[in-house]
Amino acid sequence: MKNRSLIIERVSRWMTPFIFLYGVYVVLYGHLSPGGGFPGGVILSSAFILILLAKGKQQALKNLPYGLAKKLDAIGALAFISVALLGFVFTGVFFANFLQQLWPGEPFHILNAGTIILNNIAIGLKVCASLFLVLLFLSILRISFGKKGQMQSMEDR
Amino acid sequence: MVYILATILLIVGLFGVFTQKNLIKIIISVSIIESAVNVFLILVGYRSGGIAPLMTEQHSQAEVFALHSVDPLPQAMILTSIVISLSILALMVAISLRLYHVYGTYDITEIRKARLNSKS
Amino acid sequence: MEALLILLLLFMIISAVVALYTEELLSAVIAVGAVGFGSSAVFLLLGAPDLAITQIVVEVAALVLLIRATISIGVKTTSAWRSGWQPKAVAAAAVIFLVFAFLSFRDMPEFSVPVMDRIADAPSIFYLEDGLSSTGSTNHVMGVLLDFRAYDTLGEATIIFTAVFGTLTLLRKRGKKAVNRNEYSGEKTSPKG
Repeated sequence: MKNRSLIIERVSRWMTPFIFLYGVYVVLYGHLSPGGGFPGGVILSSAFILILLAKGKQQALKNLPYGLAKKLDAIGALAFISVALLGFVFTGVFFANFLQQLWPGEPFHILNAGTIILNNIAIGLKVCASLFLVLLFLSILRISFGKKGQMQSMEDR
Repeated sequence: MVYILATILLIVGLFGVFTQKNLIKIIISVSIIESAVNVFLILVGYRSGGIAPLMTEQHSQAEVFALHSVDPLPQAMILTSIVISLSILALMVAISLRLYHVYGTYDITEIRKARLNSKS
Repeated sequence: MEALLILLLLFMIISAVVALYTEELLSAVIAVGAVGFGSSAVFLLLGAPDLAITQIVVEVAALVLLIRATISIGVKTTSAWRSGWQPKAVAAAAVIFLVFAFLSFRDMPEFSVPVMDRIADAPSIFYLEDGLSSTGSTNHVMGVLLDFRAYDTLGEATIIFTAVFGTLTLLRKRGKKAVNRNEYSGEKTSPKG
């Protein structure tokens, strides 16, 4: 971790905004072109994972703090459920596409598919935050080798 | 022919799950099984010369489009399956890291021996 | 077209076998990455660009996870295989499985004829014909995933939530209480002075 390469640091600094922008594009245009919430979320989290791998834990936590990531994860799940409940409120069917039924947009346009775009954003947030959390915890975890005493005490129980 | 090849891929993964001793190798075999099943289900939905289920301005007639497109239903299901496989992989890696933390090895027969010794 | 597909599937099978047989864990991880990228190329050939994008991105993240689990904690090579009767039994079962799969594939429609052409009122035809007018989504995969079959996506989000929180619980640093209990093993009730 100490002998970090200068090239990797510089290149990751230049690449990260573009990866992030591509993730946002994939999430927002999921109903018009290939993509959607799942790959977009993984691309968004891979931008943060690149920072985590190239510059270390502190820099990554400066970009996406731990509490914010946990909140984003919860907000994504909550938004997905609440869009479904709104469909129940407006039309009486759970997961109904109420926006498209009430105000249909014109095809081949971004403000078209009603709740699909909202669901895409929710799933993208959720997948991004949860993947980043997993990789963050994996990088925090240190496997201890020499703690024989701990192992002994666990086996004694 | 292609169905048989996908089945062979599944069998290779299954063989790995049952015969490997190393936990990482077992995780790798599970992910091979997953990609074999995904490829098989997508192969089932293919139409010869079919286009992807994306409407463009040229193909905006729905009835005509339905005769030329590939099946969108397996694609949607496999899309969820791929992301689930990633999270399951993360869970498996976490469990095996914890096992390594406790027992100091990835070998499942040695882990079983250590468990038996600690119980008796 | 089909020849290219067969080549790609053979490539995937060969890299799967390499991933199982190699001794070094780094080679095994890279070979399973080759399986994933091969399946991504297969998806692209079969008219599924959504899946191709997802598979590539997920494969990269999976490689990072697996390398974190193997190389960075110093495990480089694997131990031997299981010996004895188990591999032979598994091989026999695999041969039986393959024979039955071959027999059952004769009842399936030919390759390049989808199932929805065989059945008169298959749901896929309804999705393709009514997708644009009722959901407004021109990407029919997203229309199926988030509108017609959103319950599946809800269950999938639940699975991700559960798996990720299981992972976080497993990987968390040991809490204060557990450490104390380990130090005073057997005397759980005694407070630390």
